[in-house]
Amino acid sequence: MAVNRMFRTCPTTGLVFHQPAEQLIKANAVAGVVFLLIGGILAIGVVLTRWPAVHLLPADRFYQVLTAHGLDMLIFWVIFFEIAVLYFCSSTLLKARLATPRMAWAAFGLMVLGALMNNYSVTRGDSSVMMTSYAPMGAHWTFYLGLILFAVGALVACFVFFGTLVVAKGERTYIGSVPLVTFGAITAAIIAVFTIASGAIILIPTLLWSVGLISHIDPLMYRTIWWAFGHSSQQINVAAHISVWYAIAAIVFGAKPLSERVSRSAFLLYILFLQLASAHHLLADPGLSSNWKIFNTSYAMYLAVLASMVHGLTVPGAIEVAQREKGYNQGLFEWLRKAPWGNPVFSGMFISLIGFGFLGGISGVMMGTEQLNLITHNTLYVPGHFHATVVIGTTLAFMALTYFLIPVLFRREIMFPAMAKWQPYVFGLGMAGVALFLMAAGTLGVPRRDWDITFAGNTFPYEFPGSAFLMLGLAGISGLIAIVGGAMYLLNTVGSVFLGRKIATPGFRHVRATEGVASAQKPVAQPSTVAAAITGHGGRIGAWGLVAPGTFSLAMVFLVSFVLYYFINWKYLATVWPLR
Amino acid sequence: MSAIEPPVQRLWWKQPLDRAELLWIVIALVWCLILFFMMPYWHLYGKQNLANEAYRESPDEYAKKTEAMVAKYKVREEGGDLKVPVVHPPAGGDAYLIARLWSWYPILELEAGKTYRLHLMSMDYLHGFSLQPENINIEVLPGYDHVITVTPTHPGAYGIVCNEYCGIGHSTMTNKLYVVK
Ligand code: HEM
Ligand SMILES: [Cu+2]
Ligand SMILES: [Cu+2]
Repeated sequence: MAVNRMFRTCPTTGLVFHQPAEQLIKANAVAGVVFLLIGGILAIGVVLTRWPAVHLLPADRFYQVLTAHGLDMLIFWVIFFEIAVLYFCSSTLLKARLATPRMAWAAFGLMVLGALMNNYSVTRGDSSVMMTSYAPMGAHWTFYLGLILFAVGALVACFVFFGTLVVAKGERTYIGSVPLVTFGAITAAIIAVFTIASGAIILIPTLLWSVGLISHIDPLMYRTIWWAFGHSSQQINVAAHISVWYAIAAIVFGAKPLSERVSRSAFLLYILFLQLASAHHLLADPGLSSNWKIFNTSYAMYLAVLASMVHGLTVPGAIEVAQREKGYNQGLFEWLRKAPWGNPVFSGMFISLIGFGFLGGISGVMMGTEQLNLITHNTLYVPGHFHATVVIGTTLAFMALTYFLIPVLFRREIMFPAMAKWQPYVFGLGMAGVALFLMAAGTLGVPRRDWDITFAGNTFPYEFPGSAFLMLGLAGISGLIAIVGGAMYLLNTVGSVFLGRKIATPGFRHVRATEGVASAQKPVAQPSTVAAAITGHGGRIGAWGLVAPGTFSLAMVFLVSFVLYYFINWKYLATVWPLR
Repeated sequence: MSAIEPPVQRLWWKQPLDRAELLWIVIALVWCLILFFMMPYWHLYGKQNLANEAYRESPDEYAKKTEAMVAKYKVREEGGDLKVPVVHPPAGGDAYLIARLWSWYPILELEAGKTYRLHLMSMDYLHGFSLQPENINIEVLPGYDHVITVTPTHPGAYGIVCNEYCGIGHSTMTNKLYVVK
């Protein structure tokens, strides 16, 4: 059994890598980055066409490019990287061998095949149906088959992850419970299984329909089940990037959760209250009752919102405590001022957290309110919102993690450290502009997925106000800044991974782990020190009886913005035509 | 220990809460409850609620009803050679709007302050009813006749824009809606 027992210990961090796991993490991360590159090139076409003054592409090309941008970014880039995160959180953090590496490679192969097949279908030109592919608008069968293959691959990868947890438990590679970050990854993987099942339920009949074996697909049923897949996959992203936040807080600051109980319960809420969160995509649809909509948005969503609000406090709170214990205990914000803002691992993570909460979170709750949805549904507000969640939130968190993984996993030096230092700011601020200006255009009624909002040549055109055009122009400029930020990331990661200076590893050797405990375990802490570590810092740090008063005040700022913005929108709603 | 290592206290679910966390959880929970109650509250006291009224309908039947309305209440034609009928249905009555690739049919003329039963349905793909500059946005599905009881407030010429992607002609799918005194 020697083949499956190859481990190496990272001399810098002490992390233990199982060799097959290490290769799989690399392969999945690299595949993800390739799709980020493709999606990023397509973003140039999208953003320059939606900037009315430039209006780069013709209509058919624009819709084709937008379809591919959505799929390559939201599905292929994000999920490939998430699989890498799952393997890292199981095999590496638990110091366990990866279960069935062969299956994991098969999963990877299926995912690559599926992603390529789906991209091929979009290049054909007859499948510009957007990633949502709402029936009865149909795409070529390779569009659906590609997505199904990709999903099956991702499902197999989730089971490899679960298998690795079983291996770790069976071989007792860790003591007690799994680390919080692994716990978060487990949440993500459980949600993924539910998500992929919904995806199969809707995509398999649609595939059969596309080749003529089924005659009719009900459009409302399609939307309901599609969003059970489409929305819960966003929940995977949230669980995954919050795990990454916790991991980065631990890596950069040695931060420990304020309390394991709260953070873990918050992850559990994501699983428990996920079911029909798809409802908030259907708020403007006929044929569904208000009771159904309210129940499924609030039961299923607000408790997930609660969970995110909790993580939004506990992650920076943990950092604050760690910083204060290091001596940055002055005032409310010394801990934050003295944080390593030049380290992209930290700055990326922190911008991700702030952007996700303030821009993505608040706008998402507003739109997801049954009646408020009327004034935002299908406008540019929607892409504005999710570029804050899935780009500033998920993508930027993954980018930050990459800067940690390049030296640790790939054993290469970052090629352009100065560029790395600036990249999270360029990308984060550019994307914040995209999110804000798209939301502003949406508030003015500008539709999403629309090639030409001047409606030139239409018999009955509608003229949007000049401010809408201004917002689209600003979104265009911000988009270019974000694309530059994305290019900085890609250049640096690809350059470092393939051409970067190798980091010498003195005394590097592959440790052959015996059956049982993989590597030397640290002794469990003594109960007395444990108690001190938990119940508090004996009033030594913080203020107002709180260990993290700075984070708490930031949370209050967040709450006030949230409340104000939420009620402003009710006020706006109250001015539109009465309807019932 | 840190979040990437197993918790030191093995019974982590017995670990006490931090005070900031407890406070925040209470505040956030109260806020989430307010978020929830706003929706039923608006159903009771607000004026903008989406109808629960929808019927399964075949495209042919729906087109017939629309044509009947057009024949009865047409007041004039617009759009040059296209001769799109402008229809002035009676206040309080049914106003049918067809969404199809890639146009809205017919042009409706409504009276301000009067209430109408506005029907929306698609003949083919999904479309989006986006009334501008009011910014009322409603999904339009094939096979579902969605009835919205609406009261236009201010007179004027409004725009209807399709905001659900419906293929290559998506941007060309715009129309007018008149509100008169
Ligand atoms: C790099 C800079 C990026 C820019 C400038 C950008 C810009 C845009 C714009 C302007 C739209 C809206 C187009 C429309 O509705 O007409 C859009 C759509 C979209 N973007 Fe991005 N984006 C970027 C990166 C990303 C990333 C990283 C992700 C995902 C992780 C992403 C996911 C999406 C999705 C899912 C859509 C919706 C596609 C659809 O409507 O089907 N974008 N993007
Ligand atoms: Cu349309
Ligand atoms: Cu359309």
